[in-house]
Amino acid sequence: MAEQLRMVEAVRETLRTELGRDDDVVVYGEDVARAGGVFRATEGLVDDYPERVFDAPVAESGIVGIGVGLAATGLRPVPEIQFQSFLYQGFHQLAQHVARIRSRTRGTITCPMTIRTPYGGGIHALELHSESFEAGFSHVPGLKVVIPSSPAETKGLLTAAVRDPDPVVFMEPTRLYRSFREEVPEHHEIPLGEARVVDSGDDVTVIAWGSMLREALEAVEDVGASAEVIDPRTLSPLDTATIVDSVKKTGRCVVVHEAPRTAGLAGEITARINEEAFFYLEAPLERVTGYDVPVPMFAREDDYLPDSERIAAGVHRALDDG
Amino acid sequence: MPREDIAQFTIRSVQVLSEEEDVDEELVPSLTDDQLLALYEQMKRSRRLDERAIALQRRGELGTYAPAIGQEAAQVGSAFAMADGDWIVPSFREQSALLARGTPPHKILWYAMGMEEGAEIPGGEGAFPPSIPVGTQPLHAVGIGWGEALQGRSNVAVTYFGDGATSEGDVYEALNIAGVYDAQTVFVCQNNRYAISTRLQNQTAAETLAQKAVAAGIEGIRVDGNDVLGVYRVARDAIEKARNGTPVLIEAMTYRRSMHTTSDDPSVYREADEEVEWEARDPIVRFQVYLEDRGILDEETKSELDDRIESEIAEAIDRAREGGEDIDPADMFRYTYDEMTPELERQFEAFEGDVDG
Ligand SMILES: Cc1ncc(C[n+]2csc(CCOP(=O)(O)OP(=O)(O)O)c2C)c(N)n1
Ligand SMILES: [Mg+2]
Repeated sequence: MAEQLRMVEAVRETLRTELGRDDDVVVYGEDVARAGGVFRATEGLVDDYPERVFDAPVAESGIVGIGVGLAATGLRPVPEIQFQSFLYQGFHQLAQHVARIRSRTRGTITCPMTIRTPYGGGIHALELHSESFEAGFSHVPGLKVVIPSSPAETKGLLTAAVRDPDPVVFMEPTRLYRSFREEVPEHHEIPLGEARVVDSGDDVTVIAWGSMLREALEAVEDVGASAEVIDPRTLSPLDTATIVDSVKKTGRCVVVHEAPRTAGLAGEITARINEEAFFYLEAPLERVTGYDVPVPMFAREDDYLPDSERIAAGVHRALDDG
Repeated sequence: MPREDIAQFTIRSVQVLSEEEDVDEELVPSLTDDQLLALYEQMKRSRRLDERAIALQRRGELGTYAPAIGQEAAQVGSAFAMADGDWIVPSFREQSALLARGTPPHKILWYAMGMEEGAEIPGGEGAFPPSIPVGTQPLHAVGIGWGEALQGRSNVAVTYFGDGATSEGDVYEALNIAGVYDAQTVFVCQNNRYAISTRLQNQTAAETLAQKAVAAGIEGIRVDGNDVLGVYRVARDAIEKARNGTPVLIEAMTYRRSMHTTSDDPSVYREADEEVEWEARDPIVRFQVYLEDRGILDEETKSELDDRIESEIAEAIDRAREGGEDIDPADMFRYTYDEMTPELERQFEAFEGDVDG
């Protein structure tokens, strides 16, 4: 039965379903049990599964590192890192062990762990609570990186992530946690590595994920162009085929992300387009991104984050109709 | 093979002014009446700033704010023991200590208004901005404490962090490195019994946090953190030791009487009874009775002091509001590097609307 849920509830219901479906799933993290998480994404789970939902000490390196060991014993760790930038505290475990244990042991020890973490700007949070480091995680071979853009997508992608045989960094846009409800099917799995064509069109391809997707949709509506809007959903591995096919059709492309521009994923995506669709291009590829500065504190945050207006200007440039 | 016990440890706990208002005459620090009143006033100033800040946050004028209500003695007592030239390296709940070290209250408000101006520390102020990532800043204090020593100076770094922070690897590294380099560093761990919703017993199996010093080979001591005289006494001794190259970890036992931050609702994870119990153990009340009993504080002095604090904070709020009105968003480009990189320059021009992109 489908229910009207917000994203944060979709996270919770997916975890509840997976805890119920698979006895190996273990949920833990700072404040996830007793308080149900600072965003309440795990609220009530400890009541239903007290033997598999735990509060953790304030130790992100530990939270990530023990996941390697838990997984080695056959469990499926699904830890929460309270905010994405605190995953930096666990980054050495992520890059040195989580991502490599399979290749180092020639597949004999694996790490089917899903690290959930809220990320991104737009909620006027404290310093270091608004980062978007998806490019950094995507740069680590062995990790998968997933970002949902709606409640139903969250259900489908988180289900697939928890069941995936490889480690997944699952980044949840805080700005969308409570922003809207949508029908979420009780059982729903979206294969990782498949992009979604959100809107089809002929004149320009616009690629955006997380909370930027909504801004992009608003922008193309404002511009009034026939735009094909693509949400990659999985940033690593990237669904190159869907993107390339679209650009071959439209000949123009704008890539949007809130992360800083330099070495951001727009660079990777445009490189792939250049490699595979260069002769179809009718205009230079456009990037609309955050600036190359630390995400400012919230008084200046709105000036940092790309919005529909900046994206619309990028679409106009790509259409060469400015 | 011979068998012997080769290491033992004990942790001392200190209290100078008890909840029953008994005084340990041997340990009581010799402070003038003016100094005692200054301690009291600083605690009250912080309390009032927190109260006003919570109200401002509720009205949408501030972002997330972490009150120090209940922890004023732990912070003011230790900050008061610092000398000119010493450094304060705070976490995100240290307005009591920062105010006591001279940070103007409007800056604390600016920080809570999401303005980098609130983290701008003029040279020579001997303070670091708030540190949001838990447990990261003690390492900076070790660097400072060692750096001062390397340059033949006697300045000390005093760093603050919580009980939860002691679970972070960085904190262990800090304690250990301090021991290796004889860093001129004092670690003040405010054990307020909670890390957001997580109680101490779910944070560590250790009986005390002070004993974490033992494994690092430095000194550890516990103090009643709601006893401002005890905290001052222990901090003064620790700072003196640190000045001579012996780092010390102080565990100040206190209680976070208010919410973790304004985004938090403690009723989800703790009983109201517990909060009521700790209201009665409030550090400001304990010290006020002490001062009144000795005739140091009378009604007149108290109301003078309250009025002064009230108008100071009101002025700070006005100043914060004014400063918040004309911030330049383009500042975000100006401080990333000494000189803007060519690419950043291009982005800056685009931001100003001069070029595309
Ligand atoms: C590295 C890191 N992990 C997690 C958080 C989220 N967080 C903020 S405060 C806090 C609890 C800190 O507890 P404690 O050290 O006891 O300090 P207190 O809040 O009690 O002053 C947590 C988990 C953070 N800010 N930084
Ligand atoms: Mg605490």
